[in-house]
Amino acid sequence: MLDGIPSAAQATYWSIPGPVLFSVIAFLGLACFAYIVAKRLTPLLRAERDVRFDRPLLRLERVFKYWLGQWKHPRFRTAGTIHILIFASFLILAFQAFSLLIVGISGDAVIGRFSEAAGHAYGVIKDYAATVVFLCMVIAATRRIVFKPARYEVPAKVGKAHKADAIFLLALIATLMASEGLIEASKAALQAHHGLPVGFLAVFSLPWMMNHALASTSPATLWNVYRGAYLVDVLTFYFLLCYRPFGIQFHVETSLFNVYFAKLDKGTVKPVKWGLTQDELDNVKSVGVKTFEDFTWKHMLDFYSCADCGRCSDQCPANAVGRPLSPRFLTTKARDYSFQHYPIFGATGNGTPLIGSIYSEDEIWSCTTCGACEEECPLLIEYIDKIVDLRRGMVDDGNVPKSLQKPLKALESRGNPYGKMEKKRAEWTKSADFQASCNVPVLNGSTSADTLYFVDSITSYDDRMQSIGRATAKILDHVGTKFGILGAAEKDSGHEVRRFGEETLFMALRDDNAEAIKASGVQKIVTADPHAFNALKHDYKDMPPVEHISQLIAREVKSGKIKFNPVENGEQVYTYHDPCYLGRHNHVYDEPREVLDAIPGLKRVEMERTRDRALCCGGGGLMLFYEPKEEQRIGVLRAKMAAEAGANVIVTACPFCMVNMEDAIKVAGLEGKLTAIDLTELVDQQIVREIPNIVATAEQSAEIKQEDALV
Amino acid sequence: MEVDFRTENSWEMNVEILVCVRRVPDTAENEIALNRAGNDIERDDLVYSINEWDNYAVEEALQIVAKAGGNVTVVTVGSEDDEEVLRREMAMGANHGVLITDDAFNGSDGKGIATILKAYVQKGKFDLILTGVQAADGGAQVGGMLASLLDYPFASLVNSVEVLDGKKLKISREIAGGNREMNEIDLPCVLSIQTGINEPRYVGMRGIRQVASVEIPTFGTSELGVDASSVGDAAAKVKRVDYFVPALGKGAEMLQGSREENIDNLIGLLKAKGGLK
Repeated sequence: MLDGIPSAAQATYWSIPGPVLFSVIAFLGLACFAYIVAKRLTPLLRAERDVRFDRPLLRLERVFKYWLGQWKHPRFRTAGTIHILIFASFLILAFQAFSLLIVGISGDAVIGRFSEAAGHAYGVIKDYAATVVFLCMVIAATRRIVFKPARYEVPAKVGKAHKADAIFLLALIATLMASEGLIEASKAALQAHHGLPVGFLAVFSLPWMMNHALASTSPATLWNVYRGAYLVDVLTFYFLLCYRPFGIQFHVETSLFNVYFAKLDKGTVKPVKWGLTQDELDNVKSVGVKTFEDFTWKHMLDFYSCADCGRCSDQCPANAVGRPLSPRFLTTKARDYSFQHYPIFGATGNGTPLIGSIYSEDEIWSCTTCGACEEECPLLIEYIDKIVDLRRGMVDDGNVPKSLQKPLKALESRGNPYGKMEKKRAEWTKSADFQASCNVPVLNGSTSADTLYFVDSITSYDDRMQSIGRATAKILDHVGTKFGILGAAEKDSGHEVRRFGEETLFMALRDDNAEAIKASGVQKIVTADPHAFNALKHDYKDMPPVEHISQLIAREVKSGKIKFNPVENGEQVYTYHDPCYLGRHNHVYDEPREVLDAIPGLKRVEMERTRDRALCCGGGGLMLFYEPKEEQRIGVLRAKMAAEAGANVIVTACPFCMVNMEDAIKVAGLEGKLTAIDLTELVDQQIVREIPNIVATAEQSAEIKQEDALV
Repeated sequence: MEVDFRTENSWEMNVEILVCVRRVPDTAENEIALNRAGNDIERDDLVYSINEWDNYAVEEALQIVAKAGGNVTVVTVGSEDDEEVLRREMAMGANHGVLITDDAFNGSDGKGIATILKAYVQKGKFDLILTGVQAADGGAQVGGMLASLLDYPFASLVNSVEVLDGKKLKISREIAGGNREMNEIDLPCVLSIQTGINEPRYVGMRGIRQVASVEIPTFGTSELGVDASSVGDAAAKVKRVDYFVPALGKGAEMLQGSREENIDNLIGLLKAKGGLK
């Protein structure tokens, strides 16, 4: 007996007693689910190794933040809010669902074990939760059918749209909510007929409304409604359980694990194979991802976990300009492959090369590794490591676009992608007027310094970018840093070499640089190139602390060593463009902005996409050599965004961003309306320099101190 | 040539291919300048790579054996330093590398090199010999001379190769105006391979490291049975006497004006010279 009336366990269905029927359904449902999950796990067991069991506390913390806390969801306000409501309601309803399933078998209500007050409170909350879920299903279905957000579209060449599947799943959940509501409503109506104390139904909740609708129904019909609703509820529950692993809703089961095992170290790239030394790496037959089984088990779990929400592709710069890459489809195509080659029934087939079947070469080379997709994914699905692994596979097969072969070969023989002479690496320091104001020593054993300025290739050799090098040196000089450069001993940091899949060449460059850096005896490294910054920080081992120049400038502005003259043209509006490897990959968002805001009279606006949502400039390093198939340049989108924000000056803090922005300004026809400047160039231009040979009088220094106090 | 006549399947044909390669200063990665004496280029700080045409020849050889079966051997006449390019081509997929080196070979002209290679070819059993059309620092001599010395048929500027059966190839040659001439040629033969015939695969550093310790056999005058007086400096009838960098000529014109004006001027000039119709 359940609150005075018979429970589903006392019901019979086609003369089968309830407990028997529901035990059979439960057994079949769970057995099917276990079988399907076991099948889904098959490829994971054949996958490459991955190291994901370290740092459990940090992982748990992230589960609280990203899974339980749904941290990423509000970034897409409508869909995110709906999801948070559904997720929270599901957590509440989980208990109700299990207790309902047990009722049919044991006839006992689990809820009865609560204290009366707690049971009552839970009853109210879960009634509303079910109502919320039901309404969310209606809203979500309406969005899919009527509003059709662009990011849900699937082009025909990628596969069929998942709309029907999505709506079917929404309908199943709605059915579940409705049947649970009907159970509650009919139970309450029966209680009323029998003159028993009626269980409280939350006002305006789904069961409450249904109860009102059933007010004049006869007890016999009510009993049938109750029995029927219970059967529908149980069947829907198990059907849904077994159906989810076939589509986008599998994330209900996998998300917790996917978030727990998610990558912890931003800015890094996974090793080619976990646990192999370089010599062992030389001797393995194949490296990189060539077939599906070359992915790691976690990357396969990513494929299962994708909810197909399209937020990654919505933010992807390559996708925005029509390059043949969409992170979402990178995942869904692999999932489809997995389902097809590891079917629930029948033999598994494997070993098909992915490039040329589900992925194209251009697709994989199109990624700028900006990280916008990963920043957005609510389930923390990884993309950059997969792209890099796929590129490693192509490099291993010799499958590299011609446009990239030359710079890679030059990096091998000359240590820079341009094939320029090593001895000319320090040439940017040699112009007469620069040398007169700033001396940049080469740390070759005879000279020593505390700080190394790691220049990297583009700033060393590119005529335009050398100006960033000179500005950086002058700033370091101004704040009294004892610094030097490696000169001819410096090689390319190899940041893009690694991200373009040429790991062995990267290791050679890294080892050469690491040795030169250690030999220089410096205690700190500064760079103005975020790619070098990221490489030295995350790809190199046992390096002295590395800082980006914007961090040093921000600190010295605070310390008072750097002061700025007011901007000459107060009419100009500035905007800051976040370089991906400074912002998203290393969380340096505030320092460059603080520096800009410290310049008197400087007007600054933010672009539509900014900080961790900043749009990539088009990519640095080897990406400058790659000739992508695209409708327009990524940089042009960015330049237009700056113009729309009302800016006349784009300030950036990366030489590659500078290349792309200056080109984009020309291509977009914004010359004369928009200019680009590097943060170091702007700082160098605005910095207050003491006039040489005039020693500040005591009076002046007192004034300066007063100013300091005011600051 | 081992031809399996039981089947027409092309992979049973096993074509033994020799590709003659050369290590040259990489024009893309060097600043070529004359030395003080003016009789050679400044060779300090030079970086070398495989001659570009030869790289296409090796790729073509690899593609042929991938279809028809067989082996690819790369050979170079030079010094120990030249092993580097042999290893690179072996990393690319060539089965064997051979270094031909002897002090007596120094200073050989085109005919001398062809004489040395002929001796090596005759020591083995090669069905097909490929060279690049020319070397970056050479004169497109060796392929033709080698064929002549061996009394093999020769086709130059080859930009496609198809193995017809065990005895013939169907090839196309680049002729003026970008047109192609199709030919059949009997094996064994010598072909000089033009760039653009294929897309040479990338050679990764891992591949180079994997072949770093493979033994590369070397051959000298005695192993090849070459008469030292027929090769080398003494036998050379073509000798380099000077190097010079041509003076910059006139003809470059800088367009001055706004972008629109420059574009209009450029279109006008291109039309005037027949570049645009």
